[in-house]
Amino acid sequence: MNPAPSIVFFTTASGAGYGLLFWLGLLRPLGLVPGQGLVALALALLLITAGLLSSMLHLGNPQRAWRAVSQWRSSWLSREGVAAILTYIPALLLGLAFWIDAPALALIAGLLAAAGAVATVYCTGMIYASLKPIRQWHHPLVVPGYLALSAFSGAVLLAMLAAFAGGGAVPAILAILTGASALLLKRAYWQAIDTAPPIATIESATTLGFIGKVRQLDPPHTEQNYLLREMGFRIARKHAAKLRLIAQGAGFALPVLLALLAVLLGGTPAALALTLGAVLAIGGLLIERWLMFAEATHTVMLYYRG
Amino acid sequence: MTCLPEITPGQKKLGLVIDLDTCVGCQACATNCKEWNASGHSGPLPDSKPYSAGAEGVWFNRVHSYEAGEGEQGRTVNFPRSCLHCETPDCVTVCPTGASYKRIEDGIVLVDHDLCIGCGLCAWACPYGAREMDEDEGVMKKCTLCIDRIYNINIPEAQRQPACVLTCPTSARHFGDLGDPESKVSKLVAERGGQPLMPELGYKPVNSYLPPRNRSSASAQPEEAAPTPMDIKNPLLRWMDKVLTR
Repeated sequence: MNPAPSIVFFTTASGAGYGLLFWLGLLRPLGLVPGQGLVALALALLLITAGLLSSMLHLGNPQRAWRAVSQWRSSWLSREGVAAILTYIPALLLGLAFWIDAPALALIAGLLAAAGAVATVYCTGMIYASLKPIRQWHHPLVVPGYLALSAFSGAVLLAMLAAFAGGGAVPAILAILTGASALLLKRAYWQAIDTAPPIATIESATTLGFIGKVRQLDPPHTEQNYLLREMGFRIARKHAAKLRLIAQGAGFALPVLLALLAVLLGGTPAALALTLGAVLAIGGLLIERWLMFAEATHTVMLYYRG
Repeated sequence: MTCLPEITPGQKKLGLVIDLDTCVGCQACATNCKEWNASGHSGPLPDSKPYSAGAEGVWFNRVHSYEAGEGEQGRTVNFPRSCLHCETPDCVTVCPTGASYKRIEDGIVLVDHDLCIGCGLCAWACPYGAREMDEDEGVMKKCTLCIDRIYNINIPEAQRQPACVLTCPTSARHFGDLGDPESKVSKLVAERGGQPLMPELGYKPVNSYLPPRNRSSASAQPEEAAPTPMDIKNPLLRWMDKVLTR
C-alpha cells in the first residue's frame, strides 16, 4: 500500500496528541503532573489538529470533508471523525478547568477527554483492521498496536513537559512501561504477519486453480494506473528488515532507556534526556507508520503479480 | 446510507456472467465500456498523457491474460476484471459520506459523485480492484453496470444491456438477473458451474465466471496422413513407387 505522507503524518501526530491528552486528562487532575497543564494540553490539541488537517490533504475533495461524519452507523472512518470532533469538547473544558483552577471540572473533563482519545484512536485502528483485502491490516494486533503507540508517544511527550515543569516521575515511568509493551506488541505483530499464510491466491482470484498453477501472461495495460500506484507500493524485504531495526532502536528502545535515565537523574539532565527521547520516539514512529503501509499487501495485486 | 440493504428472497441481483472459455481477450469490452462511460453516468473518465509515454486513465474493465496449468494441461485464459456488484460489498459500508451505495431495487453498486470526498477507502476495501480514482475530479469512479443503458427507454430494447456485453464479438459476456433462478444467466451459471472470485473473502460477488471447458485429451489428437503403397490407386504411380523403392 502506498504510504501517503499526509496519512503517515496524521497517524503519528494525532496518535501522539491523543496519547498526550489521555495521560494528561487522567494524571493532571490527580496531581501527578507538575505545572498548570495548559502547555501540555495546547501541545496535544496542536498535534491532534495538525494531524487531522493533514489527513484532509489526502482527500480528493477536502472542502466536502464535513460530509464524512454522516455514516457513523457503518463506517469506521466516519466514526473516527465523530469521535475526533466530540473529543474537542471535554478537551477544551479541561483547558478551561486548568485555566480557572476548577479541580472537579478538571476531573470529569479529564476522564471524558481520555475516553474520547481512546475512542478516536480505536476508530483509527479499526479503519485499517476492518479492511479484509489487506491481510497485514486485517489483524487482531493492529488496533492494540495503534492504542499502544499512541499511549507511548503521548507518555514520552508528557514526561518531557513534566521534566521541564520541575519533576514528576510518573509520566516517565509510564513512558518506560508503554514503550516496552509497544515494542513487544510490535515485534509480535511483525512475527505474525511474516508467518501468516496469504488470504487468497491467484488461483482463487481467477477461479482457474482447477486447471493448475496460474501465472500472468499479458498484463491488461502497459502503463501504470491508480491501482498499481495506490495498492501496489512495496519495498524490498531487506529494506524492510533494516527499517524495522531502526524503528525498534530509535523509536522504542532508546526513548525507553532515556526515560529510565531521566527517572534516575532528575532535574535538567532528565529534561534533556526526555527531549531527545521524544524526538527519537516521534521519528521512529514515523518510520514505523511508513512501514505499516509499505509492508501491507492488497489482494488486487494477485491479478497483476500472482 | 452506506448500510447495506436487507436481502430478501427472490431479490433482483443484476450482474454479469463471463465465459472464460470463449473470451478471446480482444479488449472490445474494455474499449466499448470506456467509450460509453466516458460520457455516461460516471463521465468523464479521465486520461492523463493520452498521446504520449505514460498514458493512463480510469477504466472499468481490465482484461488480464493468464496461463493456467503446466505442460500438456497448460492453457491460455483471458480474464476480464470489473466490478462484481457484490452482495456484501465492504466498499459501500466503509464509505464515510454515503456516496457509495448499493441499490435496493437491483443490487447495483454506485457512487454519488456529488457526495464523494475522494478518500479512497472504498478502493482499499475492494479486493478486486474494481474502483479507480478520477484524479482530475478527486472522486471515485466505478462500473455502473451501464445503468444509463439498461433502463434507457430512448434506445431500442435489444440494446438495453451493458456496453461490454453488447460489443463482445464472441458473446462471452452475459447480463441478467442472477437473483432469479429461472433467468437465462442463472441457468447458464448452473449448467456450466459458474464460480465467484475469491469467495474466501466473503464479499459474495454477484458476477459469475464460467470455467474454461475441458479439452479433449492429448491422446485424442488428430494424426498426420501416412499412406502405404497399397493405398496408391493409380497403376502408373504404383509402378513408379515400386521402381523408386528398389
